[in-house]
Amino acid sequence: MNASASLHAQMHVEFPYTRSLGPVLSRFMTGLAAGRIVGGVLADGRVAVPPPEFDPTTLAPVTEFRDVAGSGEVVTWSWVDEPLPGQPLDRPFAWALIRLDGADTPLLHAVAADSAAAMSTGMRVRARWGEERAGAITDLVFEPSDGEPLATVSTGSTTEGDVTGITTPVVLDYEYVASPEESAFGRGLKEGRILAQSCPTCHKVYVPPRGACPVDGVPTDEPHELADTGIVTTFCIVNVPYLGQKIPPPYVSAYVLLDGADIAFLHLVLGTEASDVRMGMRVRAVWKPEAERTYSLENISHFEPTGEPDADFETYKKHL
Amino acid sequence: MRDVSVVGFAQRQMREFDGSPNCVELLVPVLGELWEQTGWSKTDIGFWCSGSSDYLAGRSFSFVTAIDALGAVPPISESHVEMDAAWALYEAWLKIQTGEADSALVYGFGKSSASPLRRTLALQLDPYTVTPLWPDTVSIAALQARLGLDQGAWDEKALAEVAARSRSAAVDNEYAIRKGATSVDDVLAQPLFADPLRRWDCAPVTDGAAGMIIAATDAPLFDRVRERSAAITGFAHHTDASSLGLRDLLRAPSAAAAAQAAGVSDGAAIDVAELHAPFSHQELILRRELGLGDDTEINPSGGALAANPMFSAGLVRIGEAAARVWSGRARTALAHATSGPALQQNLVCVLEGAS
Amino acid sequence: MSKQRAAVIGVGQTHYRAKRPDVSMPGLLREAIDRALEDAGMTFADIDAVVVGKAPDLFEGVMMPELFLAESIGAVGKPLLRVHTAGSVGGSTAIVAASLVQSGVHKRVLTVAYEKQSESNAMWALSVPVPFTMPVHAGAGGYFAPHVRAYIRRSGAPSEVGAMVAAKDRQNALRNPYAHLHNEGTTVETVLASQMLWDPVRYDETCPSSDGACAMVIAAEDVVETRGVEAPAWIHGQVMRSEPLAYSERDQVNPRAGRDAAAYLWKQVGITDPLEEIDCAEIYVPFSWFEPMWMENLGFAAEGEGWKLTERGVTALDGSLPVNMSGGVLSSNPIGASGMIRFAEAALQVRGRAGEHQVDGARRALGHAYGGGSQFFAMWVVGSEKPTN
Repeated sequence: MNASASLHAQMHVEFPYTRSLGPVLSRFMTGLAAGRIVGGVLADGRVAVPPPEFDPTTLAPVTEFRDVAGSGEVVTWSWVDEPLPGQPLDRPFAWALIRLDGADTPLLHAVAADSAAAMSTGMRVRARWGEERAGAITDLVFEPSDGEPLATVSTGSTTEGDVTGITTPVVLDYEYVASPEESAFGRGLKEGRILAQSCPTCHKVYVPPRGACPVDGVPTDEPHELADTGIVTTFCIVNVPYLGQKIPPPYVSAYVLLDGADIAFLHLVLGTEASDVRMGMRVRAVWKPEAERTYSLENISHFEPTGEPDADFETYKKHL
Repeated sequence: MRDVSVVGFAQRQMREFDGSPNCVELLVPVLGELWEQTGWSKTDIGFWCSGSSDYLAGRSFSFVTAIDALGAVPPISESHVEMDAAWALYEAWLKIQTGEADSALVYGFGKSSASPLRRTLALQLDPYTVTPLWPDTVSIAALQARLGLDQGAWDEKALAEVAARSRSAAVDNEYAIRKGATSVDDVLAQPLFADPLRRWDCAPVTDGAAGMIIAATDAPLFDRVRERSAAITGFAHHTDASSLGLRDLLRAPSAAAAAQAAGVSDGAAIDVAELHAPFSHQELILRRELGLGDDTEINPSGGALAANPMFSAGLVRIGEAAARVWSGRARTALAHATSGPALQQNLVCVLEGAS
Repeated sequence: MSKQRAAVIGVGQTHYRAKRPDVSMPGLLREAIDRALEDAGMTFADIDAVVVGKAPDLFEGVMMPELFLAESIGAVGKPLLRVHTAGSVGGSTAIVAASLVQSGVHKRVLTVAYEKQSESNAMWALSVPVPFTMPVHAGAGGYFAPHVRAYIRRSGAPSEVGAMVAAKDRQNALRNPYAHLHNEGTTVETVLASQMLWDPVRYDETCPSSDGACAMVIAAEDVVETRGVEAPAWIHGQVMRSEPLAYSERDQVNPRAGRDAAAYLWKQVGITDPLEEIDCAEIYVPFSWFEPMWMENLGFAAEGEGWKLTERGVTALDGSLPVNMSGGVLSSNPIGASGMIRFAEAALQVRGRAGEHQVDGARRALGHAYGGGSQFFAMWVVGSEKPTN
C-alpha cells in the first residue's frame, strides 16, 4: 500500500426528522391519509396543489381549501433510468409536473410508466394509492390512465384523526477522506506511535498535525514523534449519557498535553476515581491491543495517572 | 458608493479531490496564489468571508476548520454564508461599502464527490411535500428542459450548441475537467442521460475551491494592485420562489431583476458573460433574461458545463470574468451565479476595465 | 464613504418552547416576522431585502432552507441572504442586515433567525461521528465544562457563582412571556442541588433546547424620520471577530477574538468605561459560568474579577449593569436564533419596550453572541439616541 495514500472511510448520516405541519399542511396530509388530494385556494382564485401555507402574492395565510381530482394531465416529464435511494420507485420511472383536474398549478410527483416511450406531455395520469397511508406525499404514486376519470378513493382514512406531523428520514452516505497530515497521524497511531508535526514557521508542535497551522496558514510538516505521557491541563467529569456513548458515566473527559506538544487534545482519563483527577496530573496512555487498533486516537483506550507529582500550574496555564 | 475592484483570483478544480471535506489542502495554495498576485499578506485584508455547505461535507460547522488555512491569529473580522461564495463576495462588498473594511478576501470550497450530489441537492426542496420523494437535481432540470422543448423555447440543436461550445472553449481552461473540441453532432450522438438531457448537457460533479481579493479603490493599499484590477460597477441578487408549480420554469425573473438592479441596461453592450448555468438549457434562459446580445462572448472558460465546483462555481464565474477584463479581452464583463433548483436565485456582478 | 445611520424599528419573537408542534417551519418564522412587521408598522411590500440566519442545516434536515422558505417569508422578487456562523449566527445575521442599510444599498431590511431543533436532536446534530476522530465530549456542555473548570481555577471564583447566575436568569425569565423556561422557585440552593452533568457544570446551570424564531426590521435614518418612528433603537456600532478553534496556547477561557471584538466596539462607539456607560447587556450565556467569563472578556471587569460583578448583584435586574434581563440563553435557546434574540432584546431595552423586564431609563445596551468553540463573536451597541460618531 502506498505509504502516503490518504485514509478513506464511510460516513453514514441518518436521522428520522419529525416535522410538525401547521394548519395548512395538516389539511393536505390528512387528505392524503384519506385518499384525497386537497388544494389551497389562492387570493387570485387559482387552486394550488400542494396548498402553500401562505399566498404567493398576498403572503396571507391560505385558509380556503378545495379537493381536486386524483387524475390529471402531465405538463412536463423527465425519465429516470437508475433510481436513487429513497425515490418513489425502484425501477425506471418518470418524474412529472401533473396538473390535476380542478387544480391550476401542477404537482411534482412520480409516474410509474413502463418506459420513456410511454410518457408524453399532455397524457393523462391518475393516482395509485398505497394501502397503508401515513398522511404523506409518499402515500401515492401516479400511473398512466387511459382516460377514464378516477373515482375518488373513499375507503376512509387509514390514520386515526388529523395528521399533524410527518416523519421524513434523511439518510446520506459520504466517503470521508482524511488530509495527508491526518492520514500520517492515523497510520502512526495504528502502530502505537504518536507522530506529531510542527509548523515550519512558528515551530509549535501540533498533535494531531494539521493541514494548516492555524496561526500561519501553512501545513505542519516537520515530524516529531512524541512519548505517550503528559499532563491533564483541564477536564470535566461526564455524568450524562448520550446517544452513541460507549463508556458508562461517570468518566473524565480531559485535555491531555503530551510531553513535547504545544497543544492539548481531548481524551479520556480512566483507571482512577473521577474525583481524584486534578488539573496538572501526570498521565500515560493505555493502548488497545494491536489487533483492535484502527486509525484514530481511539487506539489509546484512555490515559491513566502515573503517580508522579502534578505539574506546576504555572507550567501549563498558558494552555488553558 | 465606494468603488471596489477585483484584484486577485485563484481556483483549483478536479473530479475527485483526494483530501479532506474542508478542502484546507486546496485553500492553502489558493491563498498562496492570491498573495503572489497582489503582493499582499494577511494583514492587508480587512474582512474575510466564505461560502460552503455543511450538507456537502456531511457534518455541522464544516466551515470552521477551513479557517485554519487563513492563519486567523491575531483574530480576524470574518463571516460565512451557507451559499455559493459569490454571495460571500456580496457580503464582503457590503462590508467595504460600510467603510468598516478597505479590502476583503473571499473563498469557497466543496467536495461534491463525497456523496451523490444530485441526491443531496434534493434536500434543498420543500421538506414536507417534495424532498420525501427525493427528486434529484438532474431530473428537475430535465423537466425544465422538456418544457422548453415542448413550448418551442429551444430545440435539441440549441442545447447541443451550448454543450459543444462550452466543451470546446474549455480546452483553453487549465482548470476545466470536461474539455475537448466538440461539434453539435458529437453532442447529439451522445445517448440520453436523463431524458431529454444528455450527460454533456449537465455540469460534471466537481470538487474544488476558489478565492478572490477585492479592494476599495480609494484605499492606499489599492495603489499596489491598480495595474491589475477589474472594477465592480454593478452587483445585485434576487430570488424567485422554490415551488416548481408556482413559477414559470422557462423564465428566471430574479436573474432579470438582478441584472437591472446591477445597472445592466443594455445587455448587448456586454463583451463577455460568464454564466453559471449547470444545464445547457439554463444558459439559454439566462441569455434571454439578461438581455445579452449575439456579440456577447458567453463562457469563454467553458462555464459550469466544464467544471462546477459547488459553492465556488459562482465565484469562479466572477473570477473568470475578471480575468478577461485584466487581459483586455473584455472592457465590460458580466458574471452570474445561481443557487437553488431550476435557477431559483440569481446574482449578477458587472465588471469593467480601468478606463 | 461614511456609514448610513440605521435603527431597529420592529422586533418580533415567537414563544420559545421545547417543541412547537403547532407550526411548520414557515409558520414558526412567520410568527416572529409578522410580529416584527406589525411592530414596525410595515408590510412585506415595504421590505427591500431579507436576511435569514440559522445554525447547521443538519438540525432540521433541510439544506439551505432559505430557498424553500423564500415564498413564505416575503423574499420572492427580493434579495435573500443566509448567514451561518455557528452559534453566533443570530448576531452576525443582524450585523449583515444592518450593513445592507448602512452601506446605503437598501432602506428597509427584514432579518430573521430561527431553529426548529425539536425536529431532530441537537446533541446528535452536533456530534455526528467523524472518521478517524475520537468522540469524547458529550455535546456542547462536555466541550465547555473543562474551560469553566479552568476559569474557576484561574480566577479563584467561589463555586456558587454559577448557581447565582442561573438563579438570576431563570427568575428574570419569569417576567418574559416569550421565554421557554418559566421555572418558579429557582434559587441558588435549588441550582446547587441539581444534578452535576459535566462537573463542574450542573443541570440547572445549562441552557434548554428550544424551538423558536426572532425577527427584526432595520431601517435607514431617513425612513425613521419620514415615518415618524417613535422609539427606534439606533445602531451605534457592531463588530465580528473570529479565531481558529484550536491553536497552540489559545486562551479558551478569555478568548482573544472576544477581547479584540469588545475593544474595537467600545472604541467605535466612544465608550471608555463600559461598566459605567452601558446601561444593560444581553450576552450569550448558555452555561451559567459564561456570565463572569464574558464580563471579563468584554472588559466590564478586570481579568479574574468578573465573578465579583455577579456576586455583588451588579448584574441582577436591579443592579447597576443588569445582564440577561430576558432570562438569556439559559432560559431559551433555539440555537440559530439565540444571538439575534440578544441583539433584539438589547434593542427592546433602549426602545423602552421590554415590558416587565425593562431596565428603567436604559439608553445604551449591548447585544452579544458567540459561537463555535468560543471562537466566533458578534456584538452590537444600540442606543435610544442617534449615534454621534
